[in-house]
Amino acid sequence: MTATWIAVLATAAGCYALKFAGLTVPQRILADQRVRRFAELVPVALLAALSAVQTVTNGQAFDLDPARLAGLGAAVVALVLRAPFLVVIIAAAATAAGLRAAGIS
Amino acid sequence: MSAQQTESATPPGREGTGSAGGGRPADLPPRPVRDGIGLGLAVGVSGVAFGAAAVSSGLTVWQACALSVLAFTGASQFALASVIASGGSLLAGTAGAILLGSRNTLYGLRLAEVVRPRGLTRLPAALGVIDETTAITLAQPDPASAKKAFSATFCCLYLTWNLATLGGALGAGRIGSPQAFGLDVVGPAAFLALIWPRLKNGRTERLVALGGVALALATTSVLPVGVPVILAATAALAGALAAPAASPARTTASPGNASHGDDAT
Repeated sequence: MTATWIAVLATAAGCYALKFAGLTVPQRILADQRVRRFAELVPVALLAALSAVQTVTNGQAFDLDPARLAGLGAAVVALVLRAPFLVVIIAAAATAAGLRAAGIS
Repeated sequence: MSAQQTESATPPGREGTGSAGGGRPADLPPRPVRDGIGLGLAVGVSGVAFGAAAVSSGLTVWQACALSVLAFTGASQFALASVIASGGSLLAGTAGAILLGSRNTLYGLRLAEVVRPRGLTRLPAALGVIDETTAITLAQPDPASAKKAFSATFCCLYLTWNLATLGGALGAGRIGSPQAFGLDVVGPAAFLALIWPRLKNGRTERLVALGGVALALATTSVLPVGVPVILAATAALAGALAAPAASPARTTASPGNASHGDDAT
């Protein structure tokens, strides 16, 4: 087995173990009000950060791609108009794709 | 779609679209399943980019596929591929990729309460604990919808991501880049859409989200790719310590009590 295979399988095992650990943490730990609130707030913090990072950065650099920004802007407009989830993501993708097709990116 | 109702009965005045199955034709799947399939398809296609990146960084087709099948978490997969591409240490690359997987542990804490997998079902369920499944599942109005949303998103995204990885590794990326279809905006738009109800309904949530964004962006240029997002968890920690009690509409009920929203009926 090559070193690269070992790295691939170790990464897979480690990632799976981390997922499994969260899912099987004893529920009594979550009985504590602060831990429970932390677990509730984590997805809000991480998904907001992820959305921002994926929108305005590329690697370690800031990258303000007009089509991508407009796509996210379209999503915000759709959300304010209370569009269903699938409409929101279609509006975002279609806006970015349309601008790129028109040569803006 | 309404917010994290797994924790409560529907607050008065909430539009509650998640459970409004009224106008749905009989042949459409329920909303949690539809949303999950839509997101799974749109995000899964990005597996083409991973497959292509992995092979061009020096992984074999089978190594690329093994990562998607077994690790199934995009950030970690890209991280390992990029270290291999740069000729970096495999040990450091592996450690970095695993570190990036730690946010799934935090998601699991919350999903365990909402999806409540039991016994052996936890083994496959664990594989599905990622950004997309967490976002869709926690946006559902009740536990039954949450379980459906988790399964639908996981199954669809898993299949699509793996097929796309194989396609990308075999050169399908040359047909057209996911960016041309605007698919790079799907993730950011989806994550925003799925936390939107919580941002609208909670001041702590808004502050935590802003804090997370600020922390991640402020550290982007100085920390390895992926780590800034994990750092955003400290905003959640601060929020939990500063305001441990959620607004009254949300904390009290246990996940077991909300049976109002089964979309299928």
